[in-house]
Amino acid sequence: MTEKPHLDEEALAELQDVMEDEFEVLIQTYLTDSRDRIASLKEALAAGDADAVARTAHSFKGSCINIGAPRLGDLCQAAEQAGKVADLARAQALMADIEAEFAVVTGLLEGLSVR
Amino acid sequence: MTPSCLRILIADDSDSDRLILKTLLCRLGHRVQAARDGAEAVELFRREGADLVLLDALMPRMDGMEAAREIKSLAGDRLVPVIFLTSLSDAEDLARCLASGGDDFLTKPYNRIILDAKLKAFDRMRRMHEALAEQHALARERNRQLLDEQTTARRVFDNVAHTGCLDAANIRYHASPLSIFNGDVLFASPRPDGGLLVFLGDFTGHGLPAAMGAMPVAEIFYGMAAKGFSGADVLREINQKLKRILPIGMFCCGAMLEVDFKAGQIGIWNGGLPEGWLFRAGASPRPLPSRHLPLGILPPEQFRADLTAYPASTGDTVLLMTDGVLECQASDGTLFGEAGVRRCLRRRQQGEHPFDVVFQAMADFSHRAREADDLTLFSLDMIDRTGLALRPEPGESSALSGPSEWRCEYEVRGSTLAEFNPLPLLLHICMEVPGLRARSGEVYLLLSELYNNALEHGILRLPSDWKRSPDGFGQYYRERQRRLAEVSDHGIVFRLHHARKPWGGRLRVTCEDTGDGFDHANHPVARDSGPVGDGPRYAGRGLMLLKRLARTVTFHGRGNCVEIVYDWRLPSAPSITDGCPPPAAGGRDD
Repeated sequence: MTEKPHLDEEALAELQDVMEDEFEVLIQTYLTDSRDRIASLKEALAAGDADAVARTAHSFKGSCINIGAPRLGDLCQAAEQAGKVADLARAQALMADIEAEFAVVTGLLEGLSVR
Repeated sequence: MTPSCLRILIADDSDSDRLILKTLLCRLGHRVQAARDGAEAVELFRREGADLVLLDALMPRMDGMEAAREIKSLAGDRLVPVIFLTSLSDAEDLARCLASGGDDFLTKPYNRIILDAKLKAFDRMRRMHEALAEQHALARERNRQLLDEQTTARRVFDNVAHTGCLDAANIRYHASPLSIFNGDVLFASPRPDGGLLVFLGDFTGHGLPAAMGAMPVAEIFYGMAAKGFSGADVLREINQKLKRILPIGMFCCGAMLEVDFKAGQIGIWNGGLPEGWLFRAGASPRPLPSRHLPLGILPPEQFRADLTAYPASTGDTVLLMTDGVLECQASDGTLFGEAGVRRCLRRRQQGEHPFDVVFQAMADFSHRAREADDLTLFSLDMIDRTGLALRPEPGESSALSGPSEWRCEYEVRGSTLAEFNPLPLLLHICMEVPGLRARSGEVYLLLSELYNNALEHGILRLPSDWKRSPDGFGQYYRERQRRLAEVSDHGIVFRLHHARKPWGGRLRVTCEDTGDGFDHANHPVARDSGPVGDGPRYAGRGLMLLKRLARTVTFHGRGNCVEIVYDWRLPSAPSITDGCPPPAAGGRDD
């Protein structure tokens, strides 16, 4: 599987165009939202709730795709699949990748929003 | 296309996705309500409603699919498009969104152009549905109104176009209505002289337009029949009326049947109906074909209303039908037709009633196939006595009110004799007396017997014995027609005098014609004691009738003037204490 870019520049440009002054708010909302979801994912993993892992990863994936973070989106989809087949070990392993990718995306987006 | 502002409800548990979508939609000019999950979306929809709903497929509390079902059920008949927002990529998952009641889906990331295009498409669909629903509701309401109106109209129609005496034992009919109003009409009314008048009509079209035409026909028919007008008079009136009121292209095929049970004859006029049939014992069935244009086509001066007379006696049957009988279709599309009627009548067994034969053949032929047209089949059997009496007028006022002392003279002269029947007018004058009104049948019989004898025998000098033979019967009526057309210097005078008596009243009628008269002083039929046979002026039956109904019958002058005295009694009058003999008992003194 070819690695997608951290950020989809085209999608972000369009979002910026649509959101105008609210682009900043959107980025902050996404980041806050995502932190909550990462926390939820960890909770679900700790509780061994594969179903909750799948659902949370699915929602996370959606907002990642929408904001223009396709690589993080793909990681979320992989976690969703793992949750669906109740492969918690695989989900646990992906969790680290998700957190690492999220850190990258956060840095890039914050750089973007102050631009 | 002008973008229309829609009220859009969105639900997504992701704050950033919700923010993006809400901003996108607002930029496109719509008003947006946002919910965090399915339950909140349903609650918002219940409270505020929406034109269109965008739902994330997977949400906590209530997911999108369940919310879609709730919202659709809340929307009822209204079309509220539901579009699923999804990052689902599995085809089966996407299909499930639609199966749960969604109308479409929109995948993340959102594309502004596709979003706008979808909203517009769904708005068009929504509006179309709304317009259809409005039209449907309107149509339903209009239909309900129409049915209400038709039911009311039907009630009025039934009051005017009642079935008269169709329930008589010697009448049979089958009528099949295609709608509330049938294009066929069938009326029957007793005549004051004890005879019967039947009208069978088939209007072009059916439903309300046909009923509109049928109403005046019913009015005219029942009004005139009861007053003693002849079938020809009624036909002329109907034709004139329909000609005036019906639009071009609409008319009424019809047949008039005038039955005289006592004289043993029928008169038939057929304008545009299938041939009718006369069944006489020992003779092959005689067709009664249409010889005239339907009613409502010809102007009065071109309309010919003369009925063709046929002898008919007890046990004989007349059969009439409308087009629907001929238009019965077999399953292969062939029509029953006049040939079908003739075929089944040819095969008729001894003792089978023609009505049953035709009806059965028709049913066998069409074998449950739909009747194509309004259909009426009618038969009348000749019987000894009609057994039909004019219904006494309800709520009759006191027999003593109204005119009781009066006299009048009425003379019909020259060509008017051929064109005008004075009997309804004379009857009408007499009917002003309440005591006579209850005896309209007897009064009409007296007047018509006097008039017909004065005209046919006194002036036209037609021998009454001609009517006895089948050949003579036709000859009699042809000759009557011919001689009537040549009458010029002749006339008939009626003198009517009514006086009140303590026990009721007395009507004196003299009828004088300009004919030669006869030697009444020496002729047996004119003498009280004479045997009752045919005379030069009066057929035995006619004289018998006069003598039975009237208190006295007297011949004057050279035999061209007859005077009758007719007494009527109050129902409550005391019995014969005032020295007056009972009236109508054939007493000889005067």
